[in-house]
Amino acid sequence: MKKTLLIGLALFLFHGLKAQRYYTKTGIVTFHAGTTVEDIDGINKSTTSIFDVSTGEFDFALLVNGFEFRRALMQQHFNEDYLESDKYPKSTFKGKITNISSVNFSKDGTYPVQVKGTLTIHNISKEIEVPGTFIIKNGKVSGTSTFNVALADYNISIPSLVADKLSKTAKVVVNCDYSLLK
Amino acid sequence: MRRIILVVLLIVNSSVLFAQGDLLSLVDNQPAKKQYITAAFKSTRVINDHSMEFLGKGVLDVRILHRFGLLSSGANNLYGLDQANMRMGFSYGVTNRLMVGVGRSNIGKDLDAFIKLRPIWQSKGGPWSMPFSLVLVSGTTLSTMPWSDPTRKNYFSSRMAFYNEVIIGRKFNDNFSLQISPMMVHRNLVPLATDSNDTYAIGIGGRIKISKRVAFVVDYHHIVSGLDMHTYKDPLSIGVDIETGGHVFQLHFTNATGLNEVQYLTGTTNSWGKGQVGFGFNLSRVFTIGGKKH
Repeated sequence: MKKTLLIGLALFLFHGLKAQRYYTKTGIVTFHAGTTVEDIDGINKSTTSIFDVSTGEFDFALLVNGFEFRRALMQQHFNEDYLESDKYPKSTFKGKITNISSVNFSKDGTYPVQVKGTLTIHNISKEIEVPGTFIIKNGKVSGTSTFNVALADYNISIPSLVADKLSKTAKVVVNCDYSLLK
Repeated sequence: MRRIILVVLLIVNSSVLFAQGDLLSLVDNQPAKKQYITAAFKSTRVINDHSMEFLGKGVLDVRILHRFGLLSSGANNLYGLDQANMRMGFSYGVTNRLMVGVGRSNIGKDLDAFIKLRPIWQSKGGPWSMPFSLVLVSGTTLSTMPWSDPTRKNYFSSRMAFYNEVIIGRKFNDNFSLQISPMMVHRNLVPLATDSNDTYAIGIGGRIKISKRVAFVVDYHHIVSGLDMHTYKDPLSIGVDIETGGHVFQLHFTNATGLNEVQYLTGTTNSWGKGQVGFGFNLSRVFTIGGKKH
């Protein structure tokens, strides 16, 4: 009986030590792929993201057709011709914060981090490593990152006709306000 | 007893253990959202007829329609290119389900205006998804030609005609869309004694995509009643849509010379069988008016 209780206690403690995780379902991802000729900006306000404080595991997922554009036709072309969101509805990132230990989640501050992992867009996966920042303020955790994505890497072809309007690389900006997963 | 406690504790903890595999599965469990089907057609017109497609909210579409003369008119007329009829029009997306438009054609010096509404929008996923779109169009035309016989008593209402249309359409897959559109035209004054004031027709419009930016389109109307079919013919247009950014070019061959609904439905006398077909094109350019920048 003692033994059982001991095991039980151990398991209970383990449960209590359950990894601390932060998540959001309303993360904002924007991209800018325009040129001086035309602005091409999309915004997705329902990006899901989660990370684990102890392991540094860091994942993102968004629905491609959740990107909104100022011009309706641009949104249509984005989904139909470029990202083919019917065939490939989701974009994901699965990776790790390599220096998660340098972030003190209980102390206000700005912490630069390095994120490494697999970015999947248009059904093509590529290893990327990008810088990011965690901002802890009054116990609130938010994360931002800005990086460039080359459209050709993800097999997104640009017809010559619009070559002067569409940039070959898209600037991606990620902005997430996290809450503790209970 | 020990075993039971152990098992219970293991189950309690298993939720933690399982989750190690995929972090996202912990939070990414939203039910499928309803998704409206867009881009059934490249343009708000199949060729002559309205399509099940709409302009986005705040989008202005400037459309220029050209119909050249008959190919059968011979080399001396450059196979019809010497003469042309045209309509210039503007349409605007008030909401994603409501658009309005105006235009003017040189045939009959016609002014026209229409309102187009989409009560049912084809969608997938989520509750109440619909397998088809239902679109209502109502329009009027006004001829501004001088009276052909100024000596008799003429009424202003004689210049007017009306049309009403129901479009039932479905985008079957990325490449194939089809719509059926029963419609009715009422003309207050008709040119021939054998013409009825009311003409009924059924339209069929289809699209097959050839590539991402090029599609093959067919627009056909069968006149059900109201016209003497010895004189009049069913309008049939066959063509391609070419899309380049904000432009859509619709190039086609048609036996219809008319440019608005009243004209092409009740005024088509050319016959494909006799080779009385002309080349034509529609040019559409969209502009986004207003809307916020990110």
